[in-house]
Order: sequence, then C-alpha cells, then structure tokens
Amino acid sequence: MTRTHVQCNVNGDEVDFLTDPAESLLNALRDQLGLLGVKEGCGTGDCGACSIMLDDAVTCACLVFAAEAERSTIVTIEGLADADKLHPLQQCFLEGAALQCGVCTPGFLIAAKALLDRNPDPTETEVRYALAGNLCRCTGYDKIIRSVLAAAEEMRNDHGVSL
Amino acid sequence: MRYSAPTTVDEALATLTAEPNARVFAGATDLIPQLRSGRPEPALIVDLKRIDRLRGVTLTDATWTIGAATPTSHLTRNAGFAADFPGLTEAAGLIGSDQIQNRSSLGGNLCNASPAADSVPALIANDARVVVASASGERVVRVDGITIGPGATSLAPGEFIIEFQLDRPAASTSDAYLRMIPRTEMDIAVVGAAARITTDGGLCTGATIVLGAVAPIATRVNDAETALVGSTFTDDALAAVAAAASAACDPIDDKRGTIAYRRQVAGVLARRAVALARMRSTASSNESSQT
Ligand SMILES: Cc1cc2nc3c(=O)[nH]c(=O)nc-3n(C[C@H](O)[C@H](O)[C@H](O)COP(=O)(O)OP(=O)(O)OC[C@H]3O[C@@H](n4cnc5c(N)ncnc54)[C@H](O)[C@@H]3O)c2cc1C
Ligand code: FES
Ligand code: FES
Repeated sequence: MTRTHVQCNVNGDEVDFLTDPAESLLNALRDQLGLLGVKEGCGTGDCGACSIMLDDAVTCACLVFAAEAERSTIVTIEGLADADKLHPLQQCFLEGAALQCGVCTPGFLIAAKALLDRNPDPTETEVRYALAGNLCRCTGYDKIIRSVLAAAEEMRNDHGVSL
Repeated sequence: MRYSAPTTVDEALATLTAEPNARVFAGATDLIPQLRSGRPEPALIVDLKRIDRLRGVTLTDATWTIGAATPTSHLTRNAGFAADFPGLTEAAGLIGSDQIQNRSSLGGNLCNASPAADSVPALIANDARVVVASASGERVVRVDGITIGPGATSLAPGEFIIEFQLDRPAASTSDAYLRMIPRTEMDIAVVGAAARITTDGGLCTGATIVLGAVAPIATRVNDAETALVGSTFTDDALAAVAAAASAACDPIDDKRGTIAYRRQVAGVLARRAVALARMRSTASSNESSQT
C-alpha cells in the first residue's frame, strides 16, 4: 500500500497528512486532523451530515478521496465561528431550536452557508431545495428552514449597517 | 489501491496503459458508493479532474464544449448554456443535491451507464457527441453509441471521454426533460423523458424523443417522432406520441414502479416533454425575430 502525502488548507491553517488512497476525506478530517464536527451518517452521499466546503463548493466529504484534497482549501463546521463569536447561522439555529440530537447540524450549517454565500435573500422554497441533500431524523425540518431564513435576514441587516 | 492524478490526456493514457486494472473517475459520486457496497477495488484509481481539457464549459462558434469531468453545477449556473439547452440543464440539475452537483460530471453520468442516468436522454435528444481519448488517437462518437447495457459502455479498456460537444440549436428549436420520481428531490428516475422539437409556425418540422429508465439503455422513440413531424401538435398526434412511448418501453418491475406503471407514465411524460419543448421552441423563434 502506497501512502500519499497531502497538503491543504483547513479552516485557515496549512496542514499535511499521509493517506491511504482508499481513505475518504471524511475519515481523514476526523481521524487524522481531529475535526469531529464532520459527521458520518450514511457514507454514500445521501444524508449530507459530512458536508464541507471544498474549494468554495459544498461537498459530501464521504464522497471524496482524501488524496484528492492536495492543494485544496477546506472549511468545516469548526471554521464557521469567528473565534468566540458564533456565525449568525449557528446563533439562529440555537435560538430557533433547530436541532435535537445534533448529528445533522454541522452539515446543515455548512449547506446553509453555501446557499447564503450565493444567494443572501432566498425564498423558503429555495432554502428547502438547497437543503434537500441534508437529512434530519429529529426536527421535522421546519425549525431548520425558519432558522436559516432568520439568519439570512440578520446577515442582510448587519451588512446594511456596516456599509 | 493506488491513486494517480495526471495533468494531461497523454499522461492519463500512459498511466492507463501501464496498469490495466485501473478505473478513471471524476466526481466519484458513483464510484465511492460502489466501492463501499463491496465491488472489488481496482489496483489504481485515476482522477481526471486535474486535466485542463476535461474541465470547463465553453462556446466556440456554434458549438458548446463541456469537459467530461466538469461538475454539473457549472452547467446549471451557466446562463448562456441554460438558454440554449433548457432541457439538458434541467436534467443536469436533477442529479442529486447541491453537494452531489458540485462533483457529478456528464462523463460519469454517461459512463456509469445506469439506465436511469438523467442527463443521457437529454444529451441524445440534442445529438451530443463525445471526444474519446484512446492510445490509438482521439475519435468522435455520438452519445447514443456509448452505453450498450446497464453498467456497460463501448469504450475499450484504457479509453476515456475527454469532452462533450453540442451544436447550438437551430432556429425555433428547443428541448425539455421531465422525470418522474416518488419524492420531490433526491431520488432515481422511475421514468425520464427528453424531447427536442423544431417548429415552423404551428407546424412540427423536427422531433427527437428519448426515454430513460424504462429499458436497459436510453431509448429513442422513432414512432413518436414520425407521428409528430408534419403535424400541428393535434390531440391525435400527441396521443400517438404517448402510445408510441408506452410501446417502446421495456421496463423492469422494482420497488419504484411496476412495468405497467412505468409504461403508462412514459407515455404521459413523453407527451408533456413534447408540449414543453414546443412552447420553448416558439418562444425562441419570437426572440430571434425580435433581434
Ligand atoms: C446521493 C446521490 C444522488 C444521485 N442522484 C442522481 C440522480 O438523481 N440522477 C442521476 O442520473 N444520477 C444520480 N446519482 C449518480 C451520480 O451522481 C451521477 O451518475 C454522476 O453524474 C456521476 O458522475 P461522477 O463524475 O461522480 O462519476 P464517477 O463516480 O467519477 O464515475 C462513474 C463511472 O463513470 C466512469 N467515468 C467517469 N468519468 C469518465 C470519463 N471521462 N470517461 C470514461 N469513464 C468515466 C468511472 O470509471 C465510473 O465507472 C446520484 C448519486 C448520489 C450519491
Ligand atoms: S455521510 Fe456523507 S452524505 Fe451521509
Ligand atoms: S437533529 Fe437529530 S438528525 Fe437532525
């Protein structure tokens, strides 16, 4: 078995690790880099619990070979907050009770961030479609959708003030 | 298993010649679930995404070129492409979630050779071609010459697809793709129907109708096309389209649908896809007469 050396940027830090070509990026992030916020639900692209930003595109880390991450830029849930200040999406999820067991939450937050980066003022339908790749077995989705819409509004207002 | 990421077509071909037990991949959205479900690992996986020619969506003269490993999200977010091929764009936009579409490629969708692959009927309806890389040189093949059965393609070992080519549609021509699934999102087609229609006033002067998920490979419905061309989209002509589509099916029974259900739905979707493509073809002729 040949191990491949991978160098990439994760949450702003330059990191490197050795991977076996069969290892998924999900496992490398969790087992080698200790980023346990990246969750495994299904391992086959269906649940979205492992969602990360890979070169600015929301992606299932379980469907990426770790070796592919060479020279890439990755953001996981651990990179969402600004030091001690939670991202508005995180704050709104807490205030809106958008989680119960929490296994799906990191994936929803990353997918929601990907949506708001591209579309700061989505309709409810747009939010539902953008989050169709994320499954939640606890909340029934409504509180998640409302929290994303609340965060979007807050971010638009904040942006207006700071301009 | 070893991993390789060549940066040129020649380097990829040489790598594949040196290791016959190799699999190429782009987004790996089919490959990884297959390996996880216990399919034997190849000795080598070859990542095609670092080859420039396999990435990008470009329009040169009257032909669109799409790198075979380009994520399908790059198609659905390309306004010019979507205006030329609204149906193919719809089909690409139905492949999985945003997470999947940032990885899934047309090359993978075609070469995985699933009978339910969403982009394939729309590619065939639009006469798409692929450029195949081979140790003996490049060749151009029509998309309908690639899939030969579930999971099987006409590509020889060591060959791969470099890019797709699509000529811009002629005047008053447009396409549509409709899919039936039991849910709203994130499911595999029970039936898919693509149509490309050319109109001259109220008259149908060209039609291509292709069904997915109702036979081992995507199926062109010649009888439906014959019934339509020369007609004015009368109820009788549209009923003939539906009947021909149902008759062309050779479906399987599974948890998503019975044979009888798939046949019936194929007729309904073919008729609706024709109606939608017709409406769009008329709109595109209005646009060209205004400019
Ligand atoms: C959650 C989920 C939902 C999905 N939903 C849909 C759906 O709704 N509709 C649908 O059609 N599909 C769906 N798929 C299947 C898959 O995403 C698509 O088929 C996708 O287009 C495959 O592209 P890829 O680049 O990821 O393929 P890969 O996994 O990289 O490759 C697939 C196959 O094609 C071969 N291959 C890849 N590129 C080339 C090339 N350039 N030349 C020759 N051979 C090549 C590979 O060797 C492999 O055998 C879904 C998958 C998942 C995980
Ligand atoms: S663990 Fe990756 S999508 Fe479920
Ligand atoms: S909160 Fe438990 S799965 Fe979503």
